[in-house]
Order: sequence, then C-alpha cells, then structure tokens
Amino acid sequence: MQFEYNVDGGNFTRAGFASSEIKKILKKLNVDIGIIKRTVVATYEGEVNIVAHAYSGTIYVDIDTERIRITLKDEGPGIPDIDQAMEEGYSTASSQVREMGFGAGMGLPNMKKNADEMQISSEVDKGTEVEIVMFLHNKE
Amino acid sequence: MKVKEIARLLDARIVCGQEREDYSIDVAFASDLMSDVLTLKNDNVLLITGLANMQTIRTAEMSDIQCVVFARNKRVTPEMTTLAEDNDLVVLECRYSVFKTCGLLYQAGVEPIF
Repeated sequence: MQFEYNVDGGNFTRAGFASSEIKKILKKLNVDIGIIKRTVVATYEGEVNIVAHAYSGTIYVDIDTERIRITLKDEGPGIPDIDQAMEEGYSTASSQVREMGFGAGMGLPNMKKNADEMQISSEVDKGTEVEIVMFLHNKE
Repeated sequence: MKVKEIARLLDARIVCGQEREDYSIDVAFASDLMSDVLTLKNDNVLLITGLANMQTIRTAEMSDIQCVVFARNKRVTPEMTTLAEDNDLVVLECRYSVFKTCGLLYQAGVEPIF
C-alpha cells in the first residue's frame, strides 16, 4: 500500500496535514496505537522540518504486513553536517519557525527516538532525504 | 480530573468539545515549545500553553493529547477550532497566566509528568 503527499516549504498553516492523513490511514488499518503515535510523531517532526527548511518536499508512505516505511524527501538547502544536525539543541531554524513552537534542535533526534530505523542523506543546495521504518510486529 | 472540573477551577471557557466534559486527564504538562510536547509518552495528558496557533492543535493531534488549555488570554482562531473539532479535542480558553493555571491545577491534585 503506497501513498504520497506534497509538502510546501514555508506553509506553516498546512504543516501537519500529511501526518494527519497518515494517522487516519494507520487507524483504519488497526495498527497498534503505540506504533501509530511513534509513526505520526516522527513523520510530523519530519514534515515540520520540510516546511521550516526546504522549498518543497514529498512524503512517501509504503505499508506492508511487516513494516511502515516513510520517506521524507525535500528540495532545499540540504544539511552540510548531518552529525551536527543530529545533536540535540543544534538548530538553524528561523525566528518564524521558533514562533511556531519549533526550532529547538529536537526534531531529528526525536525522529530517531521514535523510529525503529532511520536513515538520513543530504546534499548541500539539493536537498535531504530521511527514511524511517517502523516494524509492525516486533517492537524494538 | 474531569474537563468540567478543570473549566470550573480555571474559570475557563470550553471552546469546543463541550460534549466531552466528563473526559478525565491523568497528568498535565505546560509548554510553549511544541518540540517538548512531542517527546511525551504519557496518555491522557492535559496541555497548558500560551502558544495559540495551528501547530499547537496539530501537535496535540499527533501526540494523542485530547485536552488543551490556552492560558494568558490567548484566543483560539476559528481555523484552530475547526481542526480541533475534526480531531475530537477539548479546547479551553483561560485568562490566567500559565503560572497561575499550573498552580491552581497542582493545588487541586493534578500530577505533573516529571
């Protein structure tokens, strides 16, 4: 089962729409509520990152009987130093992002905490791709 | 503590979710930083905040938080109310500061998360 959602950079009013739709789908599929919460929190953090930092992005959702895989791919400035970006408290967010209640340098670390697996790759001036996987049976 | 008791204690207005006034919260958390809210693992959390925007409602939705008190006289916009209603959230507006709101709830026995 596959879905995809477009995310506009800078559009804070709409940020969270994709994560909300994904939550509805997972509920309909009767996925364990703990797994739903971890999935949508991680996805929402990623969606807010796209809105906060990128020009545009797409969230790809792929669900099978074993796992949920969510890939958040954006066109944007990219991340020069991924290790630094993964550090709690490190942020390059604008004051506008901070006014929305984000930009404290907690998004990527919280995605990692909630996901069973996470991979991140980025190219400066091109964009960033974050993939998270949640296993449906053996909770890790 | 039930929503109706929270509303009475804080002299707060229930903006939406009136039909859920018997919903009961277990613990409370106060923050204007949604990133901190998104790290919570508890169930039946009451969120107290002075940050009134769409992302506050979205954060509550993603975190399975069903009751939000907007303190410091912050107003909930019609757009926020619609999104809250779509997600069966109970939303209250309260004129007290976050400090006083938390103080009254704590005094009445509402537990913190940590």
